[in-house]
Amino acid sequence: MSQISLVGGCNAIGEKINLTITDQKITDISYKVPVSGAHVIDVSGSILIPGLVDLHTHLREPGKEDAETVASGARAAVAGGFTAISAMPNTDPVADTAGVVEQVFSLGKAAGLCDVFPIGAVTQGQAGEQLAEILAMHESAAKVRMFSDDGHCVFDPLVMRRALEYVKMFDGVIAQHAQDPRLTIDAQMNEGEISAKLGLKGWPAVAEEAIIARDILLTDHVQSRLHVCHVTTAGGVELIRWAKARGINVTAEVTPHHLLLTDELAQSYDPVYKVNPPLRTARDVEALREGLADGTIDIVATDHAPHPTESKECEWSAASFGMLGLETALSIVVQTMISSKLMSWSDLVDRFSIAPAKIAGYPDHGNPLAIGNPANITVFNPNKSWTVNKDLTMSKSRNTPFHGMELPGVVTDVFYNGKHVLRDSKIVSVS
Amino acid sequence: MTNVMNEGDITRALRRIAHEIIERNRGSENLVLLGIPTRGAFLSARVADLISQIEGKPIRRGTLDITMYRDDLRMRAPKPLLATEIPAGGIENTDVILVDDVFFSGRTIRAALDALGELGRPNSVQLAVLIDRGHRELPIRADFVGKNIPTSREEIVKVHLAEIDGLDEVLIEGKA
Amino acid sequence: MKRHLLSISDLTYDDAVLILDTAAELAKISDAPVKKLPTLRGRTVVNLFFEDSTRTRISFEAAAKRLSADVINFSAKGSSLSKGESLKDTALTLQAMGADAVIIRHNASGAPARLADQQWMTGSVINAGDGTHEHPTQALLDAFTIRKHLRPEKKDLTGVKVAIVGDVLHSRVARSNVLLLNKLGAEITLVAPPTLLPVGVENWPVKIAFGLDAVVAHSDVVMMLRIQRERMAELFFPSEREYSRQFGLNSDRLKKLKPNALVMHPGPMNRGLEISADSADSLQSVIVEQVTNGVSVRMAVLYLLLGGAPLAAAANIESNEKVGM
Repeated sequence: MSQISLVGGCNAIGEKINLTITDQKITDISYKVPVSGAHVIDVSGSILIPGLVDLHTHLREPGKEDAETVASGARAAVAGGFTAISAMPNTDPVADTAGVVEQVFSLGKAAGLCDVFPIGAVTQGQAGEQLAEILAMHESAAKVRMFSDDGHCVFDPLVMRRALEYVKMFDGVIAQHAQDPRLTIDAQMNEGEISAKLGLKGWPAVAEEAIIARDILLTDHVQSRLHVCHVTTAGGVELIRWAKARGINVTAEVTPHHLLLTDELAQSYDPVYKVNPPLRTARDVEALREGLADGTIDIVATDHAPHPTESKECEWSAASFGMLGLETALSIVVQTMISSKLMSWSDLVDRFSIAPAKIAGYPDHGNPLAIGNPANITVFNPNKSWTVNKDLTMSKSRNTPFHGMELPGVVTDVFYNGKHVLRDSKIVSVS
Repeated sequence: MTNVMNEGDITRALRRIAHEIIERNRGSENLVLLGIPTRGAFLSARVADLISQIEGKPIRRGTLDITMYRDDLRMRAPKPLLATEIPAGGIENTDVILVDDVFFSGRTIRAALDALGELGRPNSVQLAVLIDRGHRELPIRADFVGKNIPTSREEIVKVHLAEIDGLDEVLIEGKA
Repeated sequence: MKRHLLSISDLTYDDAVLILDTAAELAKISDAPVKKLPTLRGRTVVNLFFEDSTRTRISFEAAAKRLSADVINFSAKGSSLSKGESLKDTALTLQAMGADAVIIRHNASGAPARLADQQWMTGSVINAGDGTHEHPTQALLDAFTIRKHLRPEKKDLTGVKVAIVGDVLHSRVARSNVLLLNKLGAEITLVAPPTLLPVGVENWPVKIAFGLDAVVAHSDVVMMLRIQRERMAELFFPSEREYSRQFGLNSDRLKKLKPNALVMHPGPMNRGLEISADSADSLQSVIVEQVTNGVSVRMAVLYLLLGGAPLAAAANIESNEKVGM
């Protein structure tokens, strides 16, 4: 039996708690002298929250292990305070069969730092034509419940309808990358004044909003469940607000980078700012923050997208889309949502842990810090700050747009199923 | 700051130079006067006017910007180009009189000779200057000199001309 | 001036006028028997062309050679240059060869900016056209040509009415010209179907017209842009005939031009599509002269970017100015 007591910290609503973990569970949360014999860790000044859950992570294994592996992605996740991440299926081969999702799932288990839940492809090869064997993936060891062709939009309305209908068998959810491909041929960045000036092909907001609107109506029609990936536009937020008011079963996510960065950054032509969906305008950023604060947008998801140096050290149009996100996500959200007083710490716990675990169906995650619950816990010191250094990432890749920024809050400790996997902001090597 | 020439001194010096040029060249038939901008161009125009008056007929004249031929281009910020005006007929087989304000290291004149070489092959090239302050760095001498002024290298010779500076004078600024 | 010329926005008003004035003096020299100046002797200029453009490359090459620079032509066609990291590797190669300036033409918008910003090399970078972004020396030679004809005694183009006609959306020439001509005081009208105008154009310092007839009679300059036939397949306009009817400079419209108005085209032309043969060959056409002026303008740019010392060193020397010679 192993016992650890975290003393001197607070929970999200500011109550002082001494939390004791015995083996995999939380066994005590009272504010009293720790259980004798427990290993005591002083976490004064820190906040204890349920481990973060990411529903949108690109690990590059199998296929592009030079950019990221399941293990390196898990290390980045833990460093960022996550105890569960969700691997998008756009690997090589695509995670469109039970075999591939089980492979990713077991690589996550082997890494042993956090849960790695695979997301299955909606269509075979993410080609948007034939449904993948969705049920087989659900019934595999990985128990996949969320499906997405992320990186590609399920554009054909009939295919989308069938997918939405099919996952009703097991209360599954389709996570849509909303991008009309015809309106975004060769698109490079947000379509607007900046793209016009830079001579880069535009990715108009309407290409995102038109798909969101269609999918909301389809979801309503077939009474299924839709999750909208990485919403980036003010119009998209409006549509989701409308759908929720109508009682349609739709959830949505926003990425940390879309809460902070705008398309003005493209003026440097530095592809570190090239991402899909693209960075939008300041007005969109404001609408996204409001949407996250009022719950229209349910969760924060990273869209962590590692790329090797050569994919970014080139011309903008030749560069890959995507940015790192896992290690900076919490600090960015604290800066954009907490420091700006748009959200409380309880809201943050909801958007970053409780709600995502519920959407994807991860029963061991997103639970309150209560006796008997699995000890998936993140310790975060909001009074410290740190400076992002791309050369010190846990990720194998370096493509962070936040390099050099000083950000609030430091993740100091993470417990995954009771196991101390991050100690003093350093990964504890797993035996 | 010392005034070494006033308006009268300058006018007299130029008049003498005009006479010397005519005498040396036995008339003005074959002459082309080329002033080196900025102040050399104004001096050249004055000398050309004087020669025309004396000879009673117009004299061919122009300007020659030597910026692109300088050997110290890479030691300073690039400068705007100044006008080059070569009179009709060019300089082939003429007697070219280069006119400049202050004759110092000789590098300007070296650059001017290079520039001339690109324009044609004159019969002769002669040099007229208002001030010769010494300190030559190249084997070049002046044919017509308004005034020799011994200076130290640290001193600065300033030529002011009415056309651009409002009055005629030559000053020496010493290093304190 | 800045060390690189990537966009017209790198130039102040004074920089732009200085380039035009310098080009004017250099044009005079080019008219004289002098074809070659020693100014850039010992300096190496690389023409790095990832995209075919014989006329721009030759123009830069002639400009560099008239200033006695050593010119190396590095062309993507038939060489190992391709996309991606090769831009970096190429830059490192050019740095190793001691290139003082790289003139780059690239099909990717922003490629020159990447070359300039990444510290891969120390030389100046001159944008000779990047994707659908900018082509600053083309705009400079257009402004030079306009000034020479319509404002010969003036510094700038105050009050000159310029119509830029055609595929503004995909035109780097149009982008650079809007920035430069506006800086120099010209009044610009973009003439194009809405499909070929960029998003947000209503905030540009221009007027918009959806047909050439509305502007042809009171323009001082009609600048025709090349229209690429493949744009039709991309649904930007229904047919060549319809485009030509509404936006082409044909004989009838040519007659309506003011007598001293200029017809311009950056080339290569699609005769019969955006411009009729008689318009292209008319007395008002300065299209061939644009090419000639291109060499003088590019000489001016090369001289002003490369002719002097690095800026810091220059400042020290400047104080001794009058003493030197």
